[in-house]
Formats: sequence, C-alpha cells, structure tokens
Amino acid sequence: MCSLCGVLGANEHWADAAAREGVYTRNVDSVRRRRERADRVRLANRVLAVYGMRLSDWQGASFLLSTLTGKSEIVEDLGHLWPAAERLSGRLCDPLAPDFLARLGDDHG
Amino acid sequence: MVEHPPAFTPVTLLTGFLGSGKTTLLRRLLADPSLGDTAVIINELGEVGIDHLLVERLDDQMVLLNSGCLCCTVRGELAAAMRDLYSRRERGVLPPFRRLVIESTGLADPFPVLSTLKGDPVLRHHFRAAGVVTTVDAVNGLSQLDRHIESVRQAAIADVIVLTKTDLAEAATAARLVARLGAMNPSAPLVRAAEEPLDADALLRAGGSGWPRAIAEPTIATAAHGSVRAFSILVDEPLDWTAFGVWLTMLLNRHGAKILRVKGILALRGEERPVAVHGVQHLVHAPTHLSHWPDNDRRSRLVFIVEGIEPDLIRRSFQIFNRLSAPVAA
Repeated sequence: MCSLCGVLGANEHWADAAAREGVYTRNVDSVRRRRERADRVRLANRVLAVYGMRLSDWQGASFLLSTLTGKSEIVEDLGHLWPAAERLSGRLCDPLAPDFLARLGDDHG
Repeated sequence: MVEHPPAFTPVTLLTGFLGSGKTTLLRRLLADPSLGDTAVIINELGEVGIDHLLVERLDDQMVLLNSGCLCCTVRGELAAAMRDLYSRRERGVLPPFRRLVIESTGLADPFPVLSTLKGDPVLRHHFRAAGVVTTVDAVNGLSQLDRHIESVRQAAIADVIVLTKTDLAEAATAARLVARLGAMNPSAPLVRAAEEPLDADALLRAGGSGWPRAIAEPTIATAAHGSVRAFSILVDEPLDWTAFGVWLTMLLNRHGAKILRVKGILALRGEERPVAVHGVQHLVHAPTHLSHWPDNDRRSRLVFIVEGIEPDLIRRSFQIFNRLSAPVAA
C-alpha cells in the first residue's frame, strides 16, 4: 500500500518485483527481504551522505529519508527515493555530475 | 478444457515513421493464421483495408477477422481501449486473446504507450510490455533518421527492426542504412520484410525474447549517430545487485528521458544464473532470471542507447558505484 495516498497495490518497482515465475527478485521471504533492505540502506547512505542526507528502515515496509536539519519524508522504494532526495535537499542528485563522482570516489574508492 | 489467457497478456508495440510500411506489415500480419490468438489495436480500420478478411463486425470499433485475429481501433485514450478489451475478454464476450499488438502513430514517441502499460492502475495488473517492433523504410530511412529525432528514437528502442521496401532501394543505400541501424541499436535483430518470409509469430515473440542472444556480442564500439549513441559496459567481476539498483534508479531519475534504452545481462554475486534487465527511458521492466547464459562468456554486459550523454560519464559513474559494494577483504 502507498503510505502517502493509501492506495492499495501501488506501482511495482523493478528492484522490488513481486516473486513470480521467471522474475528475479529478492522480495521472496522475510530473511532475504530484510537483508536486502539493510544492504540498500547501507549503500544508499554512502551516496546520500554526499548531499547531507540519511536513509533508515521504517517498520520494515518503507524508508525514512532525513536531512541534517531534520526535514524528513517517507519513501516507498528506490523509485521514490531520488525525487524525494532532490526535494528535501533542494539539489539535483546527479550520478554523472563530476563533483559528485569525485567526492563519492574519494570517500569510498 | 478451455485454456485461460495468461495472467499477464504480453503487449507488442508496432511503431515506425510515417510511410515506413507499418500498415503494409500490419496487413500481412493480420492475414496470418498464427495471429489467431491475438488482439490488435490499430489507428484506422479503413486504412489497413481488411474487408476481405472480415468475418464479423462486433461493433463500430471492433471486428473479428477470418484469421481469428481481433482487430479494433482506438478512439481517445489507449488505456480505455485496452481496459475495454480486457473487460470483454473476462466476461467471455470476446475470444480469449493471448497477446496484444498496438500500432502507434508514425510521429509518436513510443514511450507514452509503454508508460501507460506500467502506470495505469488497472492495466499494469493484466498486461506486460513484450517488446517493440519498428519498421524502417530502406528507401527513405536514412534521410528520416537525419531529419527526425522521432525516427531515431523509434529505431533506438526497437527490440526487432523490420526493414521495408528493400526491393525498391538501391543495394548501397540499404547497406548504409543497415550499418547505421546496427551502430545505433546493435542488439536489435533485423528482418527484411520484402525478401524474407514473414513469420508473424516469431516476429512478435522475438520482441520479448530475442535480445538476450543479440546482446551477447561483446565488441560493440561506441557508435555515434548525431546525438544518439550506443555503447556497452563489460564487467569481469560479478556485480552487486543492490548497488546496481541504487545506481540505475539514481541515473534514470535524473537522465531517464535521455536514456532511450538500457539492456543488460548481469552476473550477480551469489547467483549461478544470469539476470536480464531491460528498460526504456524511465521505465525498467521486472528483471528476468534467465535459465542459462547465451554463450560461454560469463561477464556482465550492459548496452546503453543514449541521447546527448557522454558514454564515458556513465562508465565512470557505474565503476564508482560498483566499487561501493566491493566485499571488504578479511
């Protein structure tokens, strides 16, 4: 369910596809789902740190995106994360921007 | 026993520039008995000239052909026409078609049709994009590609390209067009409509399943076509799926409109079998878990077709994100 509008069966994001024949997904059982969510939070935080933001798991169903100044927003999946990050930070989150890549590469390369 | 239609009806989009032979191709497809389980949404019934194939007129927008094919026109919203088809099939009012072909108008950017499939609250539970078949005219194709960005986009997002009018074109012109299409969209198989017998069933199936084989070609050079370029990324080490997802979603959020196509076969850390990903602009289809590798090459391969983005920037970004997830040495 979409936590913002309350609509049941919100759009399926490709990275969280429902388990069905022929489809690759880690959305299969609770252990795998939780491990994937934890990995996603860890990796997204390395990227979001460049913009002064942080992601955390919210009740195992959504994610909480926060800025250093305390602004926050609940996001459903990776598809909603980046537009929300741009809204909250007021910056373009561009993975091709040379200065962003330089910082990300320096911090973790 | 009555066979039930599939849970998700595959939808093939038939596109091509004005005068590129879409209607002629449709006429051939509609008469083919192998399309007996197919519904086709076209722009104008009159244009295709199917009176001789007509068995029954179901209403003013829908007819049944003697091939068994269900043919209807769209008035207004495409989504409404598709919902109507679905609803009538479920109520048993229409034959239980197992796939759908949609003809797009010659000037249309195919993306909104694919977007409708994914975004409509009803349709997305019942239909799935199966592929894009694009007609390109061998006589006028080169000048259309030069002059009209719509024509470039249609060829760039194709899963299969049907080359038409090769019997009318000079061999040298056709060869130059083939080379250009190959550079622009290296993973799409090319069918010559005038010279080869057209297997409608194979053509529509290839839209959904042919590309993992085609993408196996590892030596795709950066191919410039005006501002549209195709290039590939090859990775020796298995990829981290989570890092890939974080990267691709961030990339498509900011640059989706300029990434006409992304296709890939990925070797993932911890997985024996490859995973295929497939996207058009902002839309990425559910990843497919393939049963086997198409050849002995077990490297991850990604093919991008982009408009106005420097390939090296995408390569560098991919590499930096890929390193984020490198396992920590003990």
